[in-house]
Amino acid sequence: MKHTNLTLWLAASLVYIFLYIPLVIVVVYSFNDSRLNAEWVGFTLDWYYKLFNNQEMLLAARNSLIIAVSASLLATILGTMAGLAIHRYRIKVLPFLAFAPIAMPEILLGVSLLLFFLQVLNLTLGLVSIIIAHTTFCVGFVAIIVRARLQGMDDSIFEAARDLGATPWQTFRLITLPLIMPAVIAGALMSFTLSIDDFVITFFTKGIGEPILPIQIYTMIKIAVTPEVNAISTLFMLLTLVLIIIANRLDSGILQGEKKS
Amino acid sequence: MALLELRNVIRRFGDFTAVDNVSLSIQAGEFFTLLGPSGCGKTTLLRMIAGFDVPDSGQILLDGQDIANTPPEKRPIHTVFQSYALFPHMTVADNVAFPLKMSKVAPAEIKKRMEKALEEVQLSRFTHRFPHELSGGQKQRVAFARGLINRPRLLLMDEPLGALDAKLREDMQRELINLQKEVGITFIFVTHSQDEALALSQRIAVMNLGNIEQIGTPSAIYGTPANRFIADFIGKINLMEARVTQISNTAMTLEINGLGTTVLPPKKEIQAGDQGVIAIRPEQVAVHALAKQAEIPHAHTGKVLDFLYVGDVTTYVIELDSGIQIEALLANSSPGRARFFEVDDPVIVSWPQEAAQFLVDRP
Repeated sequence: MKHTNLTLWLAASLVYIFLYIPLVIVVVYSFNDSRLNAEWVGFTLDWYYKLFNNQEMLLAARNSLIIAVSASLLATILGTMAGLAIHRYRIKVLPFLAFAPIAMPEILLGVSLLLFFLQVLNLTLGLVSIIIAHTTFCVGFVAIIVRARLQGMDDSIFEAARDLGATPWQTFRLITLPLIMPAVIAGALMSFTLSIDDFVITFFTKGIGEPILPIQIYTMIKIAVTPEVNAISTLFMLLTLVLIIIANRLDSGILQGEKKS
Repeated sequence: MALLELRNVIRRFGDFTAVDNVSLSIQAGEFFTLLGPSGCGKTTLLRMIAGFDVPDSGQILLDGQDIANTPPEKRPIHTVFQSYALFPHMTVADNVAFPLKMSKVAPAEIKKRMEKALEEVQLSRFTHRFPHELSGGQKQRVAFARGLINRPRLLLMDEPLGALDAKLREDMQRELINLQKEVGITFIFVTHSQDEALALSQRIAVMNLGNIEQIGTPSAIYGTPANRFIADFIGKINLMEARVTQISNTAMTLEINGLGTTVLPPKKEIQAGDQGVIAIRPEQVAVHALAKQAEIPHAHTGKVLDFLYVGDVTTYVIELDSGIQIEALLANSSPGRARFFEVDDPVIVSWPQEAAQFLVDRP
């Protein structure tokens, strides 16, 4: 018994080390006072200072934020509606259609979106096309989260609201929306993190011109892995981590509270 | 005019007919129960009265107005759900005030009525609690306060006591009867529990396979069941296959399988040759020691097969000489009488002739 526990513990530790060592290295080297990612010389905030003076990088960050905010907002609205529809209408093909883009290889989605924008919509590639593309793959995530929350709830609550005099719209505003809100916010945060670090689909749908953060970082390391890249990566990581923690807290935390009652 | 009247209501789900041409009328102020086994259509019927479901055909008249297609929020009918369906993100106060807010009652008036409603169900101390902080019985009370606060014409209840434990359920049954008397609102209660139906209702409609089999007072349903299904479903009963051999204006002679003939008062629409069952409640059956055979008329001999002692009463299963098994319920009301007989004791059983009922089989 003890032996198995130890082995399990060891295996788990190895997995976590494997997962986090590369990330830790990036963070550590972002504070290294040397141009080379070789040995530790001394602590500095220089790379962060340089980063905030890099106009191209700041523009890329701004663009990425615009895309992530717009795409997650759109995906949240559409995904919430999809989640509600999947829960209410119980048509087998609906959830499949909403969730399929999640499982689809990104490169496939990238190519098909590119063709769709160019050949069907005749759209000039840029921020708008990226926002639409990101919305597409985020909708499914929001729908899954919202639907999962609805499945954990007693449907007679919504009937009770109608029964006691609420119109369908009042029922949605006063009962449904407040109850699914944690899932909606979790979905929004999830979408934001997915959108802001997406590379493949962004690469296909960005066209030329506007710099986008993940692609900008890639371009920089093609020349050399500078500590500046480590610095932006660290900030990026921090943002993503905070959002994921909030999303996780919101959804599972409140779901557990519900089970208790 | 009846408060609620259903006319030829039919509801099908695919090939399955959940409610099959049901008509009934309910008077204002009644405590009316829809009773039946699960899948009999009682909940579907209730959902159509509430407005969550629409009949395929037929009418649902409230005060003479057809409301079959009126959305639930426009019906002066409220429901207490089996799961209570309290809004988990609202306090007790907000839950109870919800119907008043929806009908745009002035805030001051809402507060006054909400406090009064919570006082009536002894929940004033719990105003600011959330549903998950309440016990089952308290949730139940909140659900009733919320259902009644806006004075609906009709309160529907879908097995509202099902989730409570036995002791609490009995208390709630008493409270419910008092509550209904106090508020004077018509109650329609749905349950699969015959005990609950008999205890609570002024009238009961027994449903089976989408049909109403019998409507009547609890004592009428229990005492004179209309057919074999109801006799079997409501309480315990002995059923013995029988055939009418002779019928006149004054008497009906029946041949009971293996027990010989018996004579009952005549019933309408029965002819010689009709098949059916003789039904006798276990508490009507008397059991005596074999020695008393000479004193008891219409007695049958047999032996004790089994018995079940449950404190206040003992149920004996007796096998008659012909092989027929009969259950008898004997009260243990005087001390030392818990066990009259042991297994394999030879006994005689009898019942008053008028206690037996003939229930004819209709094809």
